[in-house]
Amino acid sequence: MIFLQLFLTFLLIGIFTFGGGYSMVALIQDEVVQHRGWMTLQEFTDVLAISQMTPGPIGINTATYAGYTAVANAGYPVWAAVGGSLLASLAVVILPVAAMLAVCRYLQRHIHNPRIQLILKVLRMAVVGLIAAAALQLLTAESFGPTGWNLRFVASTAIFAAVFLASWRYKISPILLILLSGAAGWLIYM
Amino acid sequence: MVKYCELFSTFFKVGTFTLGGGYAMIPLMRREVVERRGWIADWEFLDAVSLAQAMPGVFAVNMATLVGHRLRGVGGCVVAILGNVLMPIAIILLIATVFRHYKDIPAVEHIFMGLRPAVVALIAAPVFTLARSAGITWRTCWIPLLAAALIWLLGVSPILVVLAAIAAGWIYSKTLNPGPRTPNDDEK
Repeated sequence: MIFLQLFLTFLLIGIFTFGGGYSMVALIQDEVVQHRGWMTLQEFTDVLAISQMTPGPIGINTATYAGYTAVANAGYPVWAAVGGSLLASLAVVILPVAAMLAVCRYLQRHIHNPRIQLILKVLRMAVVGLIAAAALQLLTAESFGPTGWNLRFVASTAIFAAVFLASWRYKISPILLILLSGAAGWLIYM
Repeated sequence: MVKYCELFSTFFKVGTFTLGGGYAMIPLMRREVVERRGWIADWEFLDAVSLAQAMPGVFAVNMATLVGHRLRGVGGCVVAILGNVLMPIAIILLIATVFRHYKDIPAVEHIFMGLRPAVVALIAAPVFTLARSAGITWRTCWIPLLAAALIWLLGVSPILVVLAAIAAGWIYSKTLNPGPRTPNDDEK
């Protein structure tokens, strides 16, 4: 039963996401592609591209789109896929929201406790590794083309390097970078 | 008392006009909730930001939960969350239903051939930004490296890595920083 699996999977993803949208992306990628096989890595990359371009929290956008794609790929009609996407977005927020309401008073008093700060610090360091692993897993021949001196691979590597530098060094908006690389792809492969 | 419809429209605006992820929302939400509406004080907002970062889940939704709950209780929290995510979800659904029919058109495929390496770069870039803000040094860099290797090379689930990090942080905090007065210390 894909809907139950979808709900439980995104329930887990929601409660184990610490430190922002990209750590949720890493969790969704591992569960939906590697663990469940609901979509290919390339389909997930496309889901990510659209989730980064559209407004809203990237975690919600990716959960919504991944829920839709998982159900649609299983051969269900559009209305069921819409249901799947709403189910995934609900599942991803419901436990964290319940936890916030339950412990926010307690945590508000203890957030500056050095012990809690230390746990959060270790967690933040591990999350950096989590996102790095997600990025490494995305370095595939489907996204970059077969390795070698061919137009596809050289163009892909150039786009990767340019976007990485522009985003990391110059803090240029991800939406602008995605739009520019889309335009570059259209011109290069025309 | 803050009206539900005002709460909804404020978070609807924040959700609709936030491009580029949850943290990009902080300045817009602060301007709306603190400066324009005057619903909460600046220090309350900053407290909410650090709480929303410490708790699991989607940062933007956590912020909506805290502010909505502070203003109108559980109802307010539901209204604020709905306002925040309604437009993003609607846009994604619109694109999702349409995109499946057009993805095999050559021009669309070419655009995505350009997009995919960019998407990977956009996931790779925050790794280095986050590494700095997480305070990783040469002495602690084994923590993210081990986490990445476990997931990438051994196929360990990131969920287990998160659990292990919480457990390790907890044990570490017990051995090196014994708190001044906790029940556990009295038992020892």
